[in-house]
Amino acid sequence: MPHSPRRRDFLQAALAAGVGLLLPGAAAAPAPILTRPIPSTGEALPLVGLGSWITFNVGDDAAARDACAEVMRNFFAAGGRLIDSSPMYGSAPAVIGYGLARLGAAGRVFAADKVWTASASRGPAQIEESRRHWGVSRFDLLQVHNLLAWEAHLPALFAMKAAGRLRYVGITTSEGRRHAEFERIMASQPLDFIQVTYNALDREVEAHILPLARERGMAVIVNRPFRQGALVDAVARRPLPAWAAEIDCASWAQLLLKFIVSHPAVTCAIPATTRVDHVLENLGAARGRLPDEAMRRRIAAEVGRL
Amino acid sequence: MSEWWTYGLSDLLLFSPSTYYRLLERYNLAVWPAQPIFLALGLALPFLLRRGRMAAAILAAAWLWVAWKFHLRHYAGINWAADYFAAAFFVEAALLVWVGVIRKELRPRLPGHGIELAAIGIYLLALLAWPAIAPVEGRPWPQAEVFGAAPDPTAVATLAIALLGSPPARWLLLPIPLLWCAVGGATLWAMQAPHAFALPLAAALTLVLAFVPGRRQS
Repeated sequence: MPHSPRRRDFLQAALAAGVGLLLPGAAAAPAPILTRPIPSTGEALPLVGLGSWITFNVGDDAAARDACAEVMRNFFAAGGRLIDSSPMYGSAPAVIGYGLARLGAAGRVFAADKVWTASASRGPAQIEESRRHWGVSRFDLLQVHNLLAWEAHLPALFAMKAAGRLRYVGITTSEGRRHAEFERIMASQPLDFIQVTYNALDREVEAHILPLARERGMAVIVNRPFRQGALVDAVARRPLPAWAAEIDCASWAQLLLKFIVSHPAVTCAIPATTRVDHVLENLGAARGRLPDEAMRRRIAAEVGRL
Repeated sequence: MSEWWTYGLSDLLLFSPSTYYRLLERYNLAVWPAQPIFLALGLALPFLLRRGRMAAAILAAAWLWVAWKFHLRHYAGINWAADYFAAAFFVEAALLVWVGVIRKELRPRLPGHGIELAAIGIYLLALLAWPAIAPVEGRPWPQAEVFGAAPDPTAVATLAIALLGSPPARWLLLPIPLLWCAVGGATLWAMQAPHAFALPLAAALTLVLAFVPGRRQS
């Protein structure tokens, strides 16, 4: 029989699971977090990361910064590593830096930021400013945000990587923008990562970009997995299908995320949130069974009906 | 950015509604008691219309304050575009000083006809109704937006006084508040704020009133 756990209900389940973990023998250990290798190095990344668009742009509001740090604490505790931000996201990089400093997690995070300026000469200064905000010795990944001035920035990023001041280089787009140009850059540049929008409704990247990423050995980060929350809100009006339990999904959010990360080309999805229960729920999608191709079609059909 | 046309309003919103309202609240607490001072000046302004310089000076002080205290010191913390907003507000303050205080060209027309009464009506709405928006929407009073302290009621009040002004002054003083109505309205629209219609409506009313035939031409 279908059941309809709401997103907030997950907190109770997560808390119950946490309590269980504190009692020896009371509950089994959680399933290990699922990872996928970055093709260019083989380094394993958890299938679910943490975005910061809107959610972490809270300025100097101390209470809100502490709440973001608490989200990060739970994210790391649940096995998360990759956090993604951009200079476009206002105070988000500084808020991430606040959280990392407070948690002493600068050495644990997989730090992914972007360069976002039309000026080639401004790029290095912007990157350095972002690095100071994060409080990390170097970024793991720097991406050219939405292809802005990519011709100028990519050579600079490759030079940083060659000098050992950066580990990976990538490009991003979102919501289907400039896909043709995106593919041309993928075909011509030795990128480690790409970042695109992909979810059960926005599937354009399945046609060319995701196969090309596999062919070229590029890791794929997926942004806007919930269409900024709208997708979860839309599907949550309906009961969660009973068959969601077959792939260890306890909520629509997990079902939507498992659809994304089960695509073999996808390395990591980066939902953003301000809530601890949601970040735990999201990380839960990186555990347990993943849908096979038939189940993926079933999820897409179910979401497409809504 | 080279592909602005591909972005929707919601793509350009950098913060959540709760973050914006919290910012208003923290700003109001930080600048208290600026709000009652500006409110008192705003209430006095209609009685100072005969002395156009005083009215212009009060409005200039409001735009200067919002540029400096709100945009640069607070809003810039969550919106990198706030620096540009501050620049526009500084320019409007300078225009008010130049046109209204130095050249004495504001020369507001006293209420007596329909258009002037409508302008005063818009002004009073900016002054008295705008602070009530927060509680009406179920938000706490400390999030109230007050003329002189917050950008939206300051822009709407200026639209009304500029409408009363002589044509040259009017057309110099209207563009920036109208532009703010578009920017602020778009922000509130993206935030799905219930009062998102208010700024565009004030701007549209102002434009209609400004172009009504038969009003004073000099």
